[in-house]
Amino acid sequence: MQPTFRTGASRHVRRLAPLAWIGPAIGLIVFVVLLPVVLMFRTAFRNIDTVGFDHGWAGWLNFRALFKEPDLGAIVMRTIVWVVVVVAVTVVVSLALAQLFHQRFPLRRVARWALIAPWAASVFMTSVVFRWMLNSRSGLINVFLHDIGIVHTLGSSQADWLGRPSVAFWWMVGVAVFVSVPFTTYAILAGLQTIPGEVYEAARVDGADGWRSYLTITLPLLRPALTVAVLINIMNVFNSFPIIWTMTGGGPGDKTATTTIFMYQIKASSIGESAAMSVVNFGIVIVLVAFFVRASRGTTQVDG
Amino acid sequence: MTAVATEPVASTPTTTPARTRARNPHRLRTAVLAIIAYVVALIFLIPYVEMVVAAARPNDELENPGYLPTHWNWSNFRTLWSIGLGTNLGISLQVAAGATVLVLLVALPAAYYTARNRFRGRTAFLILVLITQMFQPTAMLVGIYKEFLGLGLINSVFALILVNAGFNMAFATWILNAYIGSIPAELEEAAMVDGTSRLGALFRVTLPLALPGVVTALIFTFISAWNEFVVALILTTQPNKQPLTVALDGFIGGYQIDWGHLFAASVVATIPVIALFAVIERKVVGGLTAGSIK
Repeated sequence: MQPTFRTGASRHVRRLAPLAWIGPAIGLIVFVVLLPVVLMFRTAFRNIDTVGFDHGWAGWLNFRALFKEPDLGAIVMRTIVWVVVVVAVTVVVSLALAQLFHQRFPLRRVARWALIAPWAASVFMTSVVFRWMLNSRSGLINVFLHDIGIVHTLGSSQADWLGRPSVAFWWMVGVAVFVSVPFTTYAILAGLQTIPGEVYEAARVDGADGWRSYLTITLPLLRPALTVAVLINIMNVFNSFPIIWTMTGGGPGDKTATTTIFMYQIKASSIGESAAMSVVNFGIVIVLVAFFVRASRGTTQVDG
Repeated sequence: MTAVATEPVASTPTTTPARTRARNPHRLRTAVLAIIAYVVALIFLIPYVEMVVAAARPNDELENPGYLPTHWNWSNFRTLWSIGLGTNLGISLQVAAGATVLVLLVALPAAYYTARNRFRGRTAFLILVLITQMFQPTAMLVGIYKEFLGLGLINSVFALILVNAGFNMAFATWILNAYIGSIPAELEEAAMVDGTSRLGALFRVTLPLALPGVVTALIFTFISAWNEFVVALILTTQPNKQPLTVALDGFIGGYQIDWGHLFAASVVATIPVIALFAVIERKVVGGLTAGSIK
């Protein structure tokens, strides 16, 4: 056990021993995650034509082309609204649902099980079903809205929710909330289970009940769970692609596109500009993470 | 625990009349909560029920505004295979299974070693893993495309396996690390004193105890690779090389959308995954607390 008795060679071997265990993991990360980042940055500064031929160094040309896009400002604003609204509504709805599913009632396990579906199913397929249910003539949602008197005529332009960009956007926000709520609710439920019942007993003795004990005990104790859930949601929602892609394709034009969709839309016409958009997105992601980690410092720790 | 258990007994004599009166409102409250919870559960199931209903709607009823078709037609589930979607399902299966195996091979040794040993670079490695967990392939799509285009791996199942494994490895490493870390090293040492090798101790002592973590990590990886869409969208161009999600996206892009087959295939792809997820439901909750909330 005494390192001083070991020869230089075996010390060397010992230092390399971790690589045998964690080397494959590092290799996979480098090849699949880090190398694409490097290539993405590189592409953003190359002049590549539509056929894929590389005409050399482009400097900031791609970025200048990107910032000259007339709709970029609107797309960035829409992206901010998309992330903030979807995550905020998801958290509020999930807090309520977690509280509900934390109560004891018959068949609770079955009810919780139903909540899993949107989490387990592919977001792409869920979005396709929503597009189908919003069909202006026969979609389930429209037929229901017609039955309760909100939609006046099936097949009218009023029922064509996805045909009008401003309305379509909010329906897609709804679908994004729908697919984000299950995970968030489960994360909060996990957090609720870590709160010992004694804490509430003590609070009851002190006269705190209902809302007050929720605000002063439950919410603060849920902070670690909420922090993780919000962070993961921000990433998922910002990078969300299938919902907007299947329901409107970001169209008409780019009227319902977020920066992620826009990056894909311009990929065919100019991969350099698309890479520039990716670099900007990447910067936004890093700023978001840094900002959030700072805001919630002390509640999450890397156990290293 | 003891305090909670004994408290009601202590207060029983003084509050008996109040308790009997309070029981009815309590029961009513439970009933109301249960009904609200069932309605919520139903709302979350509706899109997937509608998926089945739409798949079983006869073609001439697709434009009918009825909630249910007048008669059920299950033939879409049979003809699914003859229009080639079986191939796409097979590719989805290969990608998901391949990625799951690769993640296990790569994440398990890393998670085990970092849980059991302190070494130079351990913290750096864990932070690297944590950072990749934050990254999503969508954010670096152009880079992924350039890399695999350069390698000539467009329309390759192998490329999809690699990317899916790479982006799911972080979660698996993290959760396995937490599970293995919670198993006392003394158990392994005891086995090793009895003459078992280190690998033997890992496979005979630690792995069985960490099985819930392993299963959770595997099912998570399988499902996310099975559902993956955007990477496959840029890395596959030939219809017979695409996983199901991308093949179905091709349906939507078409002039006349074949909704019946689209939803029949969606049902085939979705129901098993929901069932699989339900198997690990409880462990997922535990896994979330163990893996990400420290």
